[in-house]
Amino acid sequence: MNNLLILPMLLPVLAGVTLIFFRSYGRFQALISLAVMIVVAGLSIYLLIDVQNNGIMRLDFGGWEPPFGILFVADTFSMLLVVTTSIVTIICLLYAAVAAGRKMVTLYFYPSVLFLNAGVIGSFMTGDMFNLFVCFEVMLLSSYALLTLGGSKRQLREAIKYVSINIVSSWFFLVALAFLYGSIGSLNMAHIAARVAENGQEPILTTVSIVFLIVFSLKAGLLLYFWLPGSYSAPPAVTSALFGALLTKVGIYALFRVFTLIFPHQPDITSAIIGVMAALTLIGGSLGAVAFNDIRKIAAYNVIISVGFILVGLSIATPNAMEGAIYYLVHDMIAKALLFLVVGTMVLLTGTAQIEKMSGMMKNYPVLGWTFFISMLTLAGVPPLSGFIGKVFITEGAIDNGSYVLLALSLISSLFVLYSLLRIFKDCFWGETIVSRDEQPVLRKGILWPSLILVGLTLALGLGVELWAPFVENAAYTLLHPEVYIDAILGDGR
Amino acid sequence: MKINDVILKTITKAVVLIIITFGIYLFFSGHNSPGGGFIGGLVLASAFVLLFLTYDVETVSEGVPISFKKLSAFGVLLAMVSGLVPVFFGQPFLSQSFGYFDLPIFGKTELATVTIFEAGVALTVVGVVVNIILSISEGSNKWKP
Amino acid sequence: METLIILLVGVLTAVAIYLILSRNVIRLILGTAILSHAVHLLILTMGHLKTGDVPLLGEEAETYVDALPQALILTAIVISFAVTAFILVLAYRAYQDLGTDDLNEMRGVQDE
Repeated sequence: MNNLLILPMLLPVLAGVTLIFFRSYGRFQALISLAVMIVVAGLSIYLLIDVQNNGIMRLDFGGWEPPFGILFVADTFSMLLVVTTSIVTIICLLYAAVAAGRKMVTLYFYPSVLFLNAGVIGSFMTGDMFNLFVCFEVMLLSSYALLTLGGSKRQLREAIKYVSINIVSSWFFLVALAFLYGSIGSLNMAHIAARVAENGQEPILTTVSIVFLIVFSLKAGLLLYFWLPGSYSAPPAVTSALFGALLTKVGIYALFRVFTLIFPHQPDITSAIIGVMAALTLIGGSLGAVAFNDIRKIAAYNVIISVGFILVGLSIATPNAMEGAIYYLVHDMIAKALLFLVVGTMVLLTGTAQIEKMSGMMKNYPVLGWTFFISMLTLAGVPPLSGFIGKVFITEGAIDNGSYVLLALSLISSLFVLYSLLRIFKDCFWGETIVSRDEQPVLRKGILWPSLILVGLTLALGLGVELWAPFVENAAYTLLHPEVYIDAILGDGR
Repeated sequence: MKINDVILKTITKAVVLIIITFGIYLFFSGHNSPGGGFIGGLVLASAFVLLFLTYDVETVSEGVPISFKKLSAFGVLLAMVSGLVPVFFGQPFLSQSFGYFDLPIFGKTELATVTIFEAGVALTVVGVVVNIILSISEGSNKWKP
Repeated sequence: METLIILLVGVLTAVAIYLILSRNVIRLILGTAILSHAVHLLILTMGHLKTGDVPLLGEEAETYVDALPQALILTAIVISFAVTAFILVLAYRAYQDLGTDDLNEMRGVQDE
């Protein structure tokens, strides 16, 4: 029992509901949300180190011992993601404090961001399937609110599609839960995993696992990504940065958790399907990234490519590939936030998202240009930035396993990432300067700082791999050895 | 056209009281029989919906000058804080306790901390449901506080 | 009894899918509402519809029904209630701003 585990989720909720009382005090709301997220980040770093040293921790709500009650579990994998989530949120909040308009703030922007965080962190930390569903819904409801905030025509249109897609995927989630409960009789993840391991993964359970695959693929954008480019490119920069950095990652986390802990016993079916889906995602994402002229759409398709790439790691499931996937997951949260913030700033400055309408921005905004350049390098996986290490490990894993098709596709997709972003860099930042120096819209003071911090982070993660490698190793080990997790939760009560 | 709704208005005045009483009864009975904060809250909210149907939103907002958004936020806050209190006594989050007390009028009574949590749930439900009804019916612009 | 309820779930799901596939936003919303009811019934059935006493009422009864599915459904109902309310308001706003309730007309890229 460790009551600290609840705080990363509880503090944002408490702060969120408190901020509802201070609707019109924009500056105060920004300060409080920043302060809370900084506390959460500090706390989760402390918990991460604690888990690394002392093993998996759990908190049984109300003292109900597993498998009866709801519980929160902290293992290295989930804590790594919680730490990254809170850091990315801090940076997005910094951006919002500079860029968000008065109207957005009075429409409960900060409470929504905090609730979104509570949902995301709750999904990472929960040890109960139904609680996972509830946390997903908390996250989704706040994302609906964030997506429609401001209410432009485009946002409303995309929101209707986004909400209906998510209602249907939540329906699939409930169906899968119903069948899981009907056949296993438990909703505690560790308990389910223990029972599946004891009784064998029967065909009905494999079918249930495929339904879960559909649900989480819809949320993660694995193959079922058709809704993603529209809804991620509609809202303002901060919101799409949060979406691009956090929302799909929760789906990916759930896929990792479910298919390493509960259903790892039929890899010839599940891993094969995930592999094929990842391959198709890589192809589709790459085509989308080079096909569009809207820079926000290109950024959204880059999200899809990285989802495919990370899931290649899950499909291969050797220790190397797992580590690579975790490295890349953490890297991608930071790099995607960076990409969306930079792209959003470009749209804010030029008033357009079409490549052909921008040109020669390098002369007016050199810092923005080079920030974009670095985000391009880190996404393409150029050393010493943080994208490199993940790609190396996944490549090694693919070679160990002989999955040469997946390997080839994931490497080619990196070229597509590079090409699609290089096209933006070349056409928007170089070329003839359309707007003269006097007429250029002024870059608001401080708007680039959040992006620069992210650049610093990706550089630090790349150069300081040695520092966080033990955590990733431990996380991959726990993922590949579900009995560690099960023992920590059920103990002798098995 | 003026609608003749004397009967509706007269009955509503009586029925709203009954509904509210029933809601509060359900809320307290939830401790060890069917009922509870969620259901009690729903019944209380239905009293408001009946008022909206009979009178209009402006009239009700004059009589009940509270902001339902803030009410639901307060409810969540109450529930969460009541869950946090046991943490300071070294118990797990959301732990509950109860005890028997001799009260002047009621005699020996069971008092449980879970009631505070349930009160938070009830307030949240009332706030959220009324808020939803108001925003669907476009009454939120007319709601004063 | 279980078979009957499962059939009912199937019928509800079919109705819901028919509604969701239509082009009208209101029909889509009604469809999602029915869809969630179908799955609530499914969860209830998965806890077995045996005839037993209400849990909590006393300790004398010989059999109790499984209380967990009911708790799950209550949670799921709250969530689907909130989501349905949200999408209703959203559809109304969209109808006001876009001037249409036809999903086909919401595809466009005209205002980009």
